[in-house]
Amino acid sequence: MANTKGQIFGINGPVVTVKGSMSFEMQEMVYVGDEELIGEVIGVTKNSTIVQVYEETTGLRKGEPVTGTGGPLSITLAPGIISNIFDGIERPLKDIRNLSGAFIERGLKVNNLDEEKIWNVSFKAKKGDYVTGGEVIAVTQETSLIEHRIMIPPNVSGIIDWIASDGGYKISDVVAKIKSGDEVIDVTIKQKWPIKKARPYNERQGIQRPLVTGQRVIDALFPLAKGGAAAIPGGFGTGKTMTQHQLAKWCDADIIVYIGCGERGNEMTQVLDEFSELIDPKSGRPLLDRTVLIANTSNMPVAAREASIYTGVTLAEYFRDMGYHVALMADSTSRWAEALREISGRLEEMPAEEGFPAYLASRLSAFYERAGYVTNLNGSEGSVSIIGAVSPQGGDFSEPVTQNTKRFIRCFWALDKSLAYSRHYPAIQWLNSYSEYIDELTDWYRMNVSHNFIAKRNKIMAILQEESSLMEIVKLIGADVLPDGQKATLEVARTIRVGFLQQNAFHKDDTYVPLKKQDRMMDVILLFDRRIRQCVEKGIVLSKVSESGIADDIVRIKYSIGNENIEAPFKELENKINETFDQIIYEREK
Amino acid sequence: MAIEYMGLSNIQGPLAVIEGVDDTFYEEMVTVTLDSGEKRIGRVIEISGDKAVIQVFEGTSDLSLTNTKTKFMGEPMRLPLSKEMLGRTLDGAGRPIDGLGEYFADEVRDVNGQPINPVSRDYPNNFIQTGISSIDCLATLIRGQKLPIFSGDGMPHDDLAMQIARQAKVVDSDDEKGDKFAIVFAAMGVKHDVANYFKKSFEESGVLGKVVMFLNLSNDPVVERIITPRCALTAAEYLAFKHNMHVLVILTDMTSYAEALREVSSSKGEIPSRKGFPGYLYSDLASLYERAGIIKDAEGSVTQVPILTMPNDDITHPIPDLTGYITEGQIVLGRDLSLKGVYPPVSILPSLSRLMKDGIGEGFTREDHPDLSNQLFAAYSKVEDAKSLASVIGEDELSDMDKKYIAFGRAFDEKFLSQGKDDNRSIAQTLDLGWELLKMLPKSELDRVSDKILDKYYKREK
Repeated sequence: MANTKGQIFGINGPVVTVKGSMSFEMQEMVYVGDEELIGEVIGVTKNSTIVQVYEETTGLRKGEPVTGTGGPLSITLAPGIISNIFDGIERPLKDIRNLSGAFIERGLKVNNLDEEKIWNVSFKAKKGDYVTGGEVIAVTQETSLIEHRIMIPPNVSGIIDWIASDGGYKISDVVAKIKSGDEVIDVTIKQKWPIKKARPYNERQGIQRPLVTGQRVIDALFPLAKGGAAAIPGGFGTGKTMTQHQLAKWCDADIIVYIGCGERGNEMTQVLDEFSELIDPKSGRPLLDRTVLIANTSNMPVAAREASIYTGVTLAEYFRDMGYHVALMADSTSRWAEALREISGRLEEMPAEEGFPAYLASRLSAFYERAGYVTNLNGSEGSVSIIGAVSPQGGDFSEPVTQNTKRFIRCFWALDKSLAYSRHYPAIQWLNSYSEYIDELTDWYRMNVSHNFIAKRNKIMAILQEESSLMEIVKLIGADVLPDGQKATLEVARTIRVGFLQQNAFHKDDTYVPLKKQDRMMDVILLFDRRIRQCVEKGIVLSKVSESGIADDIVRIKYSIGNENIEAPFKELENKINETFDQIIYEREK
Repeated sequence: MAIEYMGLSNIQGPLAVIEGVDDTFYEEMVTVTLDSGEKRIGRVIEISGDKAVIQVFEGTSDLSLTNTKTKFMGEPMRLPLSKEMLGRTLDGAGRPIDGLGEYFADEVRDVNGQPINPVSRDYPNNFIQTGISSIDCLATLIRGQKLPIFSGDGMPHDDLAMQIARQAKVVDSDDEKGDKFAIVFAAMGVKHDVANYFKKSFEESGVLGKVVMFLNLSNDPVVERIITPRCALTAAEYLAFKHNMHVLVILTDMTSYAEALREVSSSKGEIPSRKGFPGYLYSDLASLYERAGIIKDAEGSVTQVPILTMPNDDITHPIPDLTGYITEGQIVLGRDLSLKGVYPPVSILPSLSRLMKDGIGEGFTREDHPDLSNQLFAAYSKVEDAKSLASVIGEDELSDMDKKYIAFGRAFDEKFLSQGKDDNRSIAQTLDLGWELLKMLPKSELDRVSDKILDKYYKREK
């Protein structure tokens, strides 16, 4: 089919009107103007076609050609993705730098992935095998951490007529020929996939296990499941990006896709620098060896911002298909929603709430639903977990993006300004946050951490809840007039807040805390709770307990006890707590 | 291509529409000549068929549908650049207004600039000592950062910006003559007095020869305001990345800028989002703020200190709100502190520097800096709690601990926050002052400080 051609008729920011042809398809990728800027068809009428352009439109002239490509905006999937950094439409930023220096010029022609690099491929399938879509026919070591599994494209099946032998290949090389009926299909290492279409899988599975992050407030109080979706909403300065970075560093996914969507350029640089230096504790390799970065910083073209989210999730699904657990961080989905709003405004569509288009909710749901724990076409299991930051205007959670996001996620980590102001990090407010995965994960915690992990978690939540209602009174009359029982609650809640919920991302041990230690920390806090209540029953004044300084010992566990060989020091501390209280009670009864 | 189009087909607010234009491109510059001979400049902001919408920088008053001739210049808005700009005063669109004539251009650049490739950025981690305790200790300015001042009408943000400009050691210590230091100052819709104050202060501190001033005063054309920060940042990028200078950019007042944007947007009939501001306000502000930074290929840096006055002191207003999402922190001035006579009235709890964590501590400032600043924040937030309790039950009824916090808070405002307009404190002085204040609290309250630091600094007596 000859490519459709039209001419530019009107230009308004990133939106270009095209006349002269009626055969453009919706969502077709097009080249706009003499410089061949990349664009996408977003509206077709009898008279004209509307195109959003993924690059700056300054300098475009009326009458310049617009050429169709015949297919939707697609990205290349092949080895070379991991530890790379791309823009919103999968153009590698390092190659762009080589072409245009420190600043990004327009209309640059770069390959998505390195076409020249030779990969050392070893083949798993042999001639005569019957293969279906998704089947792994070969593998190559992409980075020190990731084995790239080369798959048959999802829509292809048949008998292998010819297959290459082990050796070095470029990503465009044909490595197998599949006979399907009368047709012979060439299979290359690379695949193309349209970013707005979810990649197929065999079957969705239920929630089975948590995405362990090493962050206490998340793992213990509001856990996220592998294949789940979470939102982190918070006003500016509450630590959304910090939390995302912590998760990207420490969560137990095999692969991280980190999308900087409309955020700061320096933050992406920081991720790049930090992740090349940071060593993954499990493998001893740099974290970058399991990370893909997508950067559309806030000054990069707004239409590509919309695409960056889809590009990221498509990459995540591709690795899921290989049988990996992928965690995708999108920072921030609000910028993506605003990109939708900006384009919608330029199209003069009728706005719904706060100028956002009426299709905001359906776009958000389509994105978050691409998370999931699935059985792949090839029978392996994999998952995509999505963690989206939300930047509500004015920190007000009632705005449309937060509200609509809440409908499609099951784990909500609400960041709180007043916590952030008092430098309580992570500033996840325990009263507004929730996780609907707890019930489904209870069994996993029972089998893998301790039999009553969730029961302890519930007890801790109850104490925090009680503290919050007591604080209402304290705000009015001060803490001194409360009865001792309630003062005890405040004291225990303080140790929970300072000793357990606050976590120091810059401390070598505290930045990641294994579940076992989290469990034992809860044990200690609850022991403290039991013993302090015992004192109250016996009518001992609480100042005796605070004078003993035992609460400070509990608060300092995070620094004083390391992450390895924890049993002995915890036993020692528990003994100390018991002895201290025994002593206090003994003195009283004497 | 020197076709002149006679007349206009429509004038609306600052926008003029011409029909029958065949060969123009998006964001092309135009000159509009009136019958009186007056020339104005503008730029194409929308093309639809043979219709071009032009934004006239000097405004459309006196324009009629018949008394103009419009010429398309064949290029986007460009600014001539040269090292000779230092010491010069230009108008909001980059034309000299100090009567010294044109300067010899070394090159011309598109004022819109281009996005910096994140791969080419160098992550900023060089501490800038401003000599102001609240900023140095608690919201540290880093070279290559964008750190706005959120202020309100009637608060001393100009004094503070000036003090930063005067005292900031942006430069390496080996550059004693300050050859590598420059200030780019852009005024958008500020009062004549304010512009004069800056000019006079630059003069008095003897740095005027290092300053490029772009002035769009409050009675200057509104639309010109949209181009002013772009000209300023283009000049800053040129000085930083071509001449390897460390450039401090002061943009004031971003609120006027955003309002100008709103005016143009509503003239175009665009669908407004919050408070009538256009939906692209975020992207537009980002295209300015993101032009701060350090790149790997050059030694210079662009550090931005934009000033914005929060309408009605409301930090959730779209302008400060969106700014806070883009910039790397903010310095918030507090009305209550200002009324109490505290200068600089930095309200520390909402103030923040995102780049601070990587530019302080051992090897940068001093090992105790991170813990100390965390502890000061935590303690000050307890002061606020105690104060609100005291306002209900009275200070006498407070517990002993709360009373200690109240006393700490008072000392903090008086000794730590307050300082003279010429008081230039070294970072060591600032940090020692912080410890002195923390000594008013019992050791058990200092839960943000590691034992090692606590032993070393808390015990140390003078």
